[in-house]
Amino acid sequence: MDNLLSIVTFLPTLAALILAVFLRGHDEAANRNARWVALFATTATFLVSLFILFGFDPSNTGFQFVEQADWLLGLQYKMGVDGISILFVMLTTFIMPLTILASWTVTVRVKEYMIAFLVLETLLIGVFTALDLVLFYLFFEGGLIPMFLIIGIWGGKNRIYASFKFFLYTFLGSVLMLVALVAMFADAGTTDIETLMAHQFGSETFSVLGMQVIGGMQTLLFLAFFASFAVKLPMWPVHTWLPDAHVEAPAAGSVVLAAILLKLGGYGFLRFSLPMFPVGSDVLAPLMLWLGAIAIVYTSLVALVQEDMKKLIAYTSVAHMGFVTIGIFAANQQGVDGAIFQMISHGFISAALFLVVGVLYDRMHTREIDAYGGLAIRMPAFALIFMLFTMANLGLPGTSGFIGEFLTMFGAFQANTWVAFVAATGVILSASYALWLYRRLVFGDLIKESLKTIADLSGREKAIFAPLAVMTLLLGIYPSLVTDIIGPTTTALIANYDTALNAAETATQHASN
Amino acid sequence: MDMSIQADLNVILPEIILAIFAMLALLGGVYTRKDGAAPLLVWMTGLLMVGLAAWIATSGEGTRIAFHGMFIDDGFARFAKVAILLSAAIVLVMSQDYMQRRGLLRFEFPILVTLATVGMMMMVSAGDLMALYMGLELQSLSLYVIAALRRDSVKSTEAGLKYFVLGALSSGMLLYGASLVYGYAGTTLFSGIIQTALQGEVSVGLLFGLIFLISGLAFKVSAVPFHMWTPDVYEGSPTPVTAYFATAPKLAAMGLFARMLFDAFGGAVGDWQQVIALLSLFSMFLGAVGAIGQWEFKRLMAYSSITHMGFALMGLAAGNAFGVQAMLIYMAIYVAMNVGTFAFILMMERDGVPITDIRALNMYARHEPAKALAMLVLLFSLAGVPPFLGFFGKLYVLRAAYEGGLVWLAVAGVIASVIAAFYYLRIVYYMYFGEEGEAMDTNSSPVLWGALMASAAVMLLGIVNMFGVEGAAAAAAATLVN
Repeated sequence: MDNLLSIVTFLPTLAALILAVFLRGHDEAANRNARWVALFATTATFLVSLFILFGFDPSNTGFQFVEQADWLLGLQYKMGVDGISILFVMLTTFIMPLTILASWTVTVRVKEYMIAFLVLETLLIGVFTALDLVLFYLFFEGGLIPMFLIIGIWGGKNRIYASFKFFLYTFLGSVLMLVALVAMFADAGTTDIETLMAHQFGSETFSVLGMQVIGGMQTLLFLAFFASFAVKLPMWPVHTWLPDAHVEAPAAGSVVLAAILLKLGGYGFLRFSLPMFPVGSDVLAPLMLWLGAIAIVYTSLVALVQEDMKKLIAYTSVAHMGFVTIGIFAANQQGVDGAIFQMISHGFISAALFLVVGVLYDRMHTREIDAYGGLAIRMPAFALIFMLFTMANLGLPGTSGFIGEFLTMFGAFQANTWVAFVAATGVILSASYALWLYRRLVFGDLIKESLKTIADLSGREKAIFAPLAVMTLLLGIYPSLVTDIIGPTTTALIANYDTALNAAETATQHASN
Repeated sequence: MDMSIQADLNVILPEIILAIFAMLALLGGVYTRKDGAAPLLVWMTGLLMVGLAAWIATSGEGTRIAFHGMFIDDGFARFAKVAILLSAAIVLVMSQDYMQRRGLLRFEFPILVTLATVGMMMMVSAGDLMALYMGLELQSLSLYVIAALRRDSVKSTEAGLKYFVLGALSSGMLLYGASLVYGYAGTTLFSGIIQTALQGEVSVGLLFGLIFLISGLAFKVSAVPFHMWTPDVYEGSPTPVTAYFATAPKLAAMGLFARMLFDAFGGAVGDWQQVIALLSLFSMFLGAVGAIGQWEFKRLMAYSSITHMGFALMGLAAGNAFGVQAMLIYMAIYVAMNVGTFAFILMMERDGVPITDIRALNMYARHEPAKALAMLVLLFSLAGVPPFLGFFGKLYVLRAAYEGGLVWLAVAGVIASVIAAFYYLRIVYYMYFGEEGEAMDTNSSPVLWGALMASAAVMLLGIVNMFGVEGAAAAAAATLVN
């Protein structure tokens, strides 16, 4: 099995092709077949990806399962995983069957819907496994197309606006990265990510249009990549596409968006910005830390006043990604470990929360918080599940949310005490919005006439929530499941980062002497 | 002497064959006075062009010069000729059904297309300002006529007239530039001009000549600010003619542009680089912004082609062999995308009446899922979104611009491509997200259907190895830029 990664990456597309070519008709039977094929394909992908997880050697900090072949323009088709990417691959393959299961109630153009999700899965896995810069870009940008269609075709009332905003916003961010990519290609003569990590990009200060650029080329490259990743993550103030996209996307689309697509930005920072532009990262790290801290406080406050529960959860996502930002740019072991942990954990928690909204929306067709109240009386199982994920969302010890927040703040504390202080206030705010939302939806008297007949979770819905609940608790109680896998790689990452910074500093001193 | 003429004729044999074929067809057409044989003639012309393309592609390597340097047959010319012949043949065959059902298929049409193609082949092989002008005019005069092919339509005749008047103006500028160059270099041969340009600095007169030559050619590739004719001519001409305008002539004009800049002024890259870069910048932005308000598909494609020419010019502006390679690859991909897109436009009909309003595509995806999907691929490819082939075209020209020291142009280009993405997305929006509207005809000719599907498949499968075009373009660029 030399090409395990390619199999995992392209298996969903194969299923999509089979659906596209062989499935005919739009009757109920065809829809049922489309659902089952998609569920089967995504589950199979997950099972195959388990081989990667079990075959992975955490103590090896290099890339594993590497595949390589020549391609156009001196590019390469190169795949591989290391301690940073493997868990994101697993997260993707784990979440996708659940999203298919969550889409069981979709009745409009089911075949196309399933094809879009299957293609999206390929593109998402590809982002994490690609070891060539252009190949990465291909997957990274390609993911926009199915997501654009998912929001635009199966979205809510305002879907057109949301889909265009989503596409053009993220496209604008990414094209600057494309120019940086071309510059790196020209400078290093290769787009092989492994070689680029070892390549020293220029860090001598120069001036552009009369402005001094400290950190030189590295800072410019960092900014270009930042434009793309900041939009994806998303960071304040370029997060405004996210609430729109989330509100209008179908439930399963929101799940993929929150659980996986947002992680592309954080992954990009870890894969490219820190290792390839250490000087640029160092120059801009204070700015990044403060942007993260502002995101946490600002979006938490915004979340407090939302009327629409999906929008509320979307804003909490931005706040949680703020923790990821400060963890990464604290640039120490705890911070980076925490950032990865936070991303994985947020993958499970936000997926569950959007599914919670989906459950309510399926029954009542409204996302207004005021339309609900007293749900605990009719929906005890739902209340329990929702309680668990609310607690995980606000970072209660014992859930995975706590570990991520704690580690990132620990890391940030060492890098910048004030940033950690501001971020810590975000923890209090997250408790307030999460608990308040829960109170308004679940507690109180069941006085609304329309809610008197609402049904509790079905078997299918319980089956979706169960794996997410298990993972949230498991990682909360036993975090070394994650940290053991990522630990050696992040240690090496930080060590390389510090070495590169020292080398650049020595070089600058030599130059000035 | 006899031997030398024999050798010269051998070099231009493909052009001679095509020209004689056109004249024989003309004779036949005049004597029988029947348009009934026109469909047959269309297919014969198409076949002949494909045959010639295959012959040229396999005719070996090396550079051959005929008529004392007026005509150059090198790798660059062969690459361009193969692309021109193939795209002309495909578009010609695509037009047959459409034109025939509307009574537009007169026997002159394939003949004029053939003559225009001969002109284009002359253009990319020109080694002299006279040969350049001859090829250009042969092409242009044929195109003026077919733009006005629908004689009873005001828009079509207006398109033809507009094209003719503005085209004559640009030819005038070109000739004026050529005379200046001749005056200051003392020769019209490219090989002679480059010697003058290499000796010391370029004189002001020569520079003036160069600028006028560039202006004339910029008109032909519809680069801003010489683009004004494009939307009107694209809209007014019969759709198959528009499809032809958007493909082969653009390729030929870009080929001629590269030929002149490098063969005649290759020693003075610094003198024309900024001019081409500005043409490229304006074209990319004007094309991107101009199309935003367009509902008319053909007008929209006109602005789209202006943007694409801007990107292709970015490759030229790099001023090195890689830039020429990038331009050739970009143009090949551009032509492949346009063939499919125009096949789609030709299929847009309701009750047999052609429609070119994109709003008529409401929920097209529900009635024609396969065609809509192919069009989706083409639109994203036109927008330069990965993983489709259009993205690789952009990647090549961006790299060329970066290596040519034009980072600002590369940054401007990607920003323009985001603006341009909007109007491609809007078509996707009508096809997939729109309201249910009056349905369009679903029966379509197999040729058009095949062209659309093949073009979409190329955009998807081409990313594996680009069907070898990359290597061919590199070899072609190497023969032009030393």
